[in-house]
Amino acid sequence: MSRLLEVEGLAAQYGRVAALHDVSLAVAPGQLVALVGSNGAGKTTLLRAISGVRPASAGRIAFDGSDITGLTPARRVRLGIVQVPEGRQVFAPLSVEDNLILGGYTRRAGIEEGIARAFRMFPVLAEKRRLPAGALSGGQQQMLALARALMAAPRLLLLDEPSMGLAPLLTAEIFAAIAALKRAGTTILLVEQNATQALRVADYAYVMETGRIVLEGPGAELARNEKVKAAYLGM
Amino acid sequence: MLSTILQFLFSGLTVGAIYALVALGFTLIYNASHVINFAQGEFVMIGGMATVYLVDAGAPIWVAAPAAILLAVAVGVALERLAIAPARDASVVALIVITIGASIFLRGVAQVVWDRNFHTLAPFSGDEPIRVMGASFLPQSLWVLGVSLLAVLALAWFFGRTVLGKAVLATANNRLAAQLVGIETRAVMTLCFALSAFLGAMGGVLVTPITLTSYDAGVMLGLKGFCAAILGGMGSGVGAIVGGLVLGVAEAMGAGFVSSAYKDALAFVLILLVLCFRPSGLVGARASERV
Repeated sequence: MSRLLEVEGLAAQYGRVAALHDVSLAVAPGQLVALVGSNGAGKTTLLRAISGVRPASAGRIAFDGSDITGLTPARRVRLGIVQVPEGRQVFAPLSVEDNLILGGYTRRAGIEEGIARAFRMFPVLAEKRRLPAGALSGGQQQMLALARALMAAPRLLLLDEPSMGLAPLLTAEIFAAIAALKRAGTTILLVEQNATQALRVADYAYVMETGRIVLEGPGAELARNEKVKAAYLGM
Repeated sequence: MLSTILQFLFSGLTVGAIYALVALGFTLIYNASHVINFAQGEFVMIGGMATVYLVDAGAPIWVAAPAAILLAVAVGVALERLAIAPARDASVVALIVITIGASIFLRGVAQVVWDRNFHTLAPFSGDEPIRVMGASFLPQSLWVLGVSLLAVLALAWFFGRTVLGKAVLATANNRLAAQLVGIETRAVMTLCFALSAFLGAMGGVLVTPITLTSYDAGVMLGLKGFCAAILGGMGSGVGAIVGGLVLGVAEAMGAGFVSSAYKDALAFVLILLVLCFRPSGLVGARASERV
């Protein structure tokens, strides 16, 4: 199997507290891979280490066959690793349009088309293009965060808890957008506490507990696993 | 009476424009890093002193001033690269202490390389006072106000219209998200130090024909700029400008109508009043953010 992203033996810590131990995972091109686990399992830390904003203390991250472990976050974005961070993190005082323009910061061309595509995908953003991003509702901010990431033309999209704090209707809308991206061929690594929905759309999934990968397998298979059902699906 | 007020207003606005430039320098670095750069006044000193020395060495002012400003920018970049960036994981307080150390170091170097005397520059367009409604002011005041205005307009354009300017604002607002869209946030920090050194040094060159300069001229100007930034609301560009002008005019009026002995104290009294009654500053928005 060819691999777009390959993580081997990754470790990371906050001060002296270890947050990741010996984590290995792989994402093949075009796949949607889900990473589920409870709060504090290390999912966000893992995504941040892949993006380079949280340094790894051991291990190796390879993207498209080359080692990227020592690259700055900005270099990784240029390679096509783009993250939608937990809690949306839009640039609140800047306008919706400026947020999108900055999403395409690493690109010099295609900004206009990118913005037009974002507005087709989420028409509500077009209506509010001149408003500061901080004035949007939580769901709209999540749409903006996703649209901003797409501006960078990602080859690997990292999504951290896209449904966090959203009403069910908005969650459905966000997941519909994710499914559409997958159909269009985007490779996605999705972190979710909402394991039911994540496993339903995932080709492959990993389960994390206290900084380690404890289980992995095809999404549908994990969804039937008794342990997963008991711990994460509330069944 | 009117002409007296007008007179004080002119001199207040002139000095206030310099305070505003220094305050803008504080604001830029504060927004990018939450660091109060107490070496800000030294940029002003380097601008003035280096220009004086280049002019004494025979350079025309239009060569000496840009060269001095470039020197200050180089010092600003070096300060960030050599002293701030290596300690970026330290607490903000530690970084502030580093800037205080840097300011003492720069003053020391200035004493050794230059000297301990007061210096002045010839006004850029003569010293024939211009009379308006009974008040008179120097042509140099027009230079100060005009160039400061141009600098403010250029900054407004940079932050409002260019992608790089927006990247600086984005970094100031949310460093994590800025890194995740591919902005080199470390380069943005260096750029902010360069820009604020540029503004400070420019103020130093402009004000030298009016107020003289010396190796320690940056201490008071730095503190006044800091007061202006607090007065207007730390972190607000408009606040820095308003704070600078208000402080300059208040000082001039206080010195003129009350006593010039308390001129410097006035700034610090104003700061206390603002911190007591309106901690977010005259212009600063009440901190409110949607989560």
